[in-house]
Amino acid sequence: MLAGAGGILGLVLLLLGAAFRTRGRAPDEGRDVKVWIVGLGLGFTMSVLAALTVYGVYSGQQLMPRDGTDVVSVQAEARRWSWSFAYADRPGHITDGIMHIPAGRPVDVAITSADVVHSFWVPRLAGKLDAIPGHVNTIRIEADMPGTYEGLTAEYNGPGYSDHGFAVIAHDPQAWADFVAGGDR
Amino acid sequence: MTALRRHRRLSAIWASEPGWKGWTSSVNHTDLGRMFLATSFFFFFVGGVLAMLVRAQLATPHSAFADAGAFSQFFTMHGTIMMFLFAIPTFEGLAIYLLPKLLGTRDLAFPRLTAYGYWCYVFGGSMLLVAMVLGIAPDGGWFMYPPLTGPLHSPGINTDFWLIGITFVEISAIAAAVELTVSILKYRAPGMSLDKMPIFAWYALVTALMILTGFPPLILGSVLLELERAFGLPFFQVELGGDSLLWQHLFWLFGHPEVYIIFLPAAGVISTIIPVMARTTLLGYGWIVASAVALAFLSFGLWVHHMFTTGIPFMGLAFFSAASTLVAVPTGVQVFAWIGTLWKGRPELHLPMLHILGFFVTFLIGGLTGVMVAVVPFDWQVHDTAFVTAHLHYVLFGGFVFPILAGIYYWLPLFSGRRRFFRLGELAFALIFLGFHGTFLAMHWVGLLGQRRRIETYDAETGWGTINLISSISSFVMAIGLAMVLVDLLIHAFVSVRAARNPWKAGSLEWASMSPPPPYNFASLPQVDTRDPLHGDPDLPNRLARGEGYLGDPATDRRETLTVSIGAARPDFMVIYPGNTRLPIVMAAVTGLFFLSILLKLYWVTPLALAGVAALAVVWVWRLGTQMDQGPQEAGRGVTLPLAGETEKSPGWWGSVFLLVANATFFGSLLFGYAFLWTVAPGWPPQEWLAPSLLEFGAGTLAAVIAMLALRFAIRRNRRHGGALPRLALALGATAVTALVFATLLVRLPPADGHAYAATLFVLGAYGLFHALLVGLMLAFVIARVRRGYASAVRVAEFHIVLLWTDYLAGITVLSLLAAHVPGVLA
Ligand code: HEM
Ligand SMILES: [Cu+2]
Repeated sequence: MLAGAGGILGLVLLLLGAAFRTRGRAPDEGRDVKVWIVGLGLGFTMSVLAALTVYGVYSGQQLMPRDGTDVVSVQAEARRWSWSFAYADRPGHITDGIMHIPAGRPVDVAITSADVVHSFWVPRLAGKLDAIPGHVNTIRIEADMPGTYEGLTAEYNGPGYSDHGFAVIAHDPQAWADFVAGGDR
Repeated sequence: MTALRRHRRLSAIWASEPGWKGWTSSVNHTDLGRMFLATSFFFFFVGGVLAMLVRAQLATPHSAFADAGAFSQFFTMHGTIMMFLFAIPTFEGLAIYLLPKLLGTRDLAFPRLTAYGYWCYVFGGSMLLVAMVLGIAPDGGWFMYPPLTGPLHSPGINTDFWLIGITFVEISAIAAAVELTVSILKYRAPGMSLDKMPIFAWYALVTALMILTGFPPLILGSVLLELERAFGLPFFQVELGGDSLLWQHLFWLFGHPEVYIIFLPAAGVISTIIPVMARTTLLGYGWIVASAVALAFLSFGLWVHHMFTTGIPFMGLAFFSAASTLVAVPTGVQVFAWIGTLWKGRPELHLPMLHILGFFVTFLIGGLTGVMVAVVPFDWQVHDTAFVTAHLHYVLFGGFVFPILAGIYYWLPLFSGRRRFFRLGELAFALIFLGFHGTFLAMHWVGLLGQRRRIETYDAETGWGTINLISSISSFVMAIGLAMVLVDLLIHAFVSVRAARNPWKAGSLEWASMSPPPPYNFASLPQVDTRDPLHGDPDLPNRLARGEGYLGDPATDRRETLTVSIGAARPDFMVIYPGNTRLPIVMAAVTGLFFLSILLKLYWVTPLALAGVAALAVVWVWRLGTQMDQGPQEAGRGVTLPLAGETEKSPGWWGSVFLLVANATFFGSLLFGYAFLWTVAPGWPPQEWLAPSLLEFGAGTLAAVIAMLALRFAIRRNRRHGGALPRLALALGATAVTALVFATLLVRLPPADGHAYAATLFVLGAYGLFHALLVGLMLAFVIARVRRGYASAVRVAEFHIVLLWTDYLAGITVLSLLAAHVPGVLA
């Protein structure tokens, strides 16, 4: 995407620069409109957009939660300034500030808020989704490798905003089984 | 009469009072345009200082310069000031200053309204400044999302300053938009048909129409949030049937068009300057107009792209994502038309052209990153990071500040009648350009690395420190550049050389006026028959000064101009403007008292202030008109015209039409909010509905119809000389019934602080009651006018204005009553 944008920028700037060289061409309004407005303004712009939209819709679809086997469900609730997580696989257990997930399996996080608007964001795993009081939004994330990932709040929510975050711990299958069984800490 | 004597005579008629007194009583568009611009650049300065504070804080990790509370005020006020107190007023100021000159006329449609709008802007803006000085400025981010800004989480007065101050300022935007629309449609030189208008006028027209339809949702949102904060009406509280998403919709219904409201006037400046700098004409005039209109339409469909992360269903996202990228098409058409224009001619690199080149580079990058952000998966990554802030500045600074600087340097010779002496401006441009790109390229970069926007500090381990330092240093370079522009302008005001008229050899009419322009603009009004009148007829300025155009004979002591038919621009009426007056500033002050009383919770003052505004409004309109039929007036060049007060479609009628467009958008947004809460908010249906009442519904509907009919009969009677009074009285009586119906509705409602349902109906009822009282006042006014002899079979303008409002009242009455009663019937 970046290369494409750079290319377009270069092209347009080139055209702009070329306008300043001296040349002797008879002006011809009809031809100019065809070249500049119909050709470049409409034709060129629309082709670029068509390509982008197809790409966007296609890759966006990949991020949507879909029915799958072995999807893990987690509920995330944000408040000023903490996050708590509940687990379908381990009812009644709530963790504060740390979200446990299995690595290598899709996880649906159902996000909501207890007070103001927040946004759930684990930069290395997925895009953002807002936590809105009274609404539940679901995002699909998946960690390929076990490990700890940083999670952030991405919607301004008052003076504690800068430090408002959480950690995501992705477990290997064994550790996840332990967690579900209540065997951690 | 010689040109000089004519000049003296006209100056005496049109001049403002000398000295500072003139500032408070002037209603002249040249004065007020200048005041607007000076004030808006003052706010640019303040907003810039705030930006420097933000950058100072972010320059290093763990900076202790500002704490979280102060920092949140910095960025909120920076965004708010730049968007509401700098960008929009700059457009207003520029359009107010330039349009009558471009259009070849003497002033805008409603000179006193220009002044009123200006003072609302000054007073509203001052409220925000006071809040800042006292350290209690708004701090919830410039889009003020509740519940963060709701009574629970922001109990302080900070948020109220925003809601009330900005609403106050928005009055000026609406006033200017109504006025500019009517002026562009009606107040042009004879012969300047729509397709011969200067391109800037087209852009200004589209922008003004967008303000009329874009600002009301925000005004509504602010009213609702203030009602929630002050009286506990729970529009945005989910426990009581509200929904914070409603605010986001209302805000972005405004906020997205806002970006185009800012960009389009700048594009108008660009379209004006480029052909002149390239010694040619604009390529694809019709295409450009069409693109501007298309942009306006598209931008209203796109607000949802600011809410991609709020959990909108995916197909909705796909639609809005595709539509968002679609705005690139009309933008692309314009950009290529501009480049094509440059190819067509022989561009010269004067200072305005440098800024235009700065615009091209910056805006293009902003547009490209914008298209990226519009692609949903990418937005999910960069939303609310410094990447988005950087993108936004490429668009706003590139798309607005550079073109405006180009415009300032382009029109400077007109403005002052002088030439620039030093070449400070070129150096300033270089600093601004380099500083800008340094600042915001760096911010793109840290944004991609994950730095969120609006954080007041970050850890050293993030490795963002160096990039932020580069950004901050560059921002100071840019600030120095901007300061140099200011110095350049100041030097220009004191030491410089008189310039020849029309130094750029432009073809549009503003250069046919003197430099600096006299208060009456043109000693006589031209007959226009090409898009660039000065190119076809270089002697035009002299002929106008000799009085060879329309209205060249200042025999009477009146400020005269004429209006034209919208399409073909045939002269149709003569307009007599009111003279200098302090009514606008007083009216703005009393309006301010109304807003202050709410801000400070001095509710006993509120009705007094409202009554004051109403009384002043009556004085305002009472001063217009005459007690005698005037008949056709001599307009020069063998044309005679009736006065505008002796017509059905007077300027006031047109003004009402466009004010009602804004008003109807407000009402429509309210109905949208009602439907939205109903379908989306959790916590519906409410426990208790309003008990439906056939009597209330029937009486309201019937009264509305009777008022409409009675007024029409009154108009017919008036045309046949007399007998209007009883019918007017009947209309007044019916309107009183309407008011009564809304009052009972308000009384019968379940408690408005109990559920968003009742709260919404409360606003609907109050809106109806307000309009019923307003129309009642108007009818009473007309009755008084008829009795005092201000109306006749010929002088009918006021009847038709009131008719518009009466019809509008009937419409909203029926819709409101349906909205209030039907749910109860269904339940
Ligand atoms: C004079 C040069 C300018 C500089 C150095 C500058 C700098 C900044 C910075 C650093 C921020 C980010 C604060 C943060 O989120 O951490 C910001 C935010 C913003 N700026 Fe500017 N800016 C400038 C001009 C403008 C102009 C001309 C406009 C609009 C016409 C503008 C509109 C905004 C808005 C709307 C925000 C978002 C505020 C918020 O997050 O609530 N800025 N600016
Ligand atoms: Cu937008």
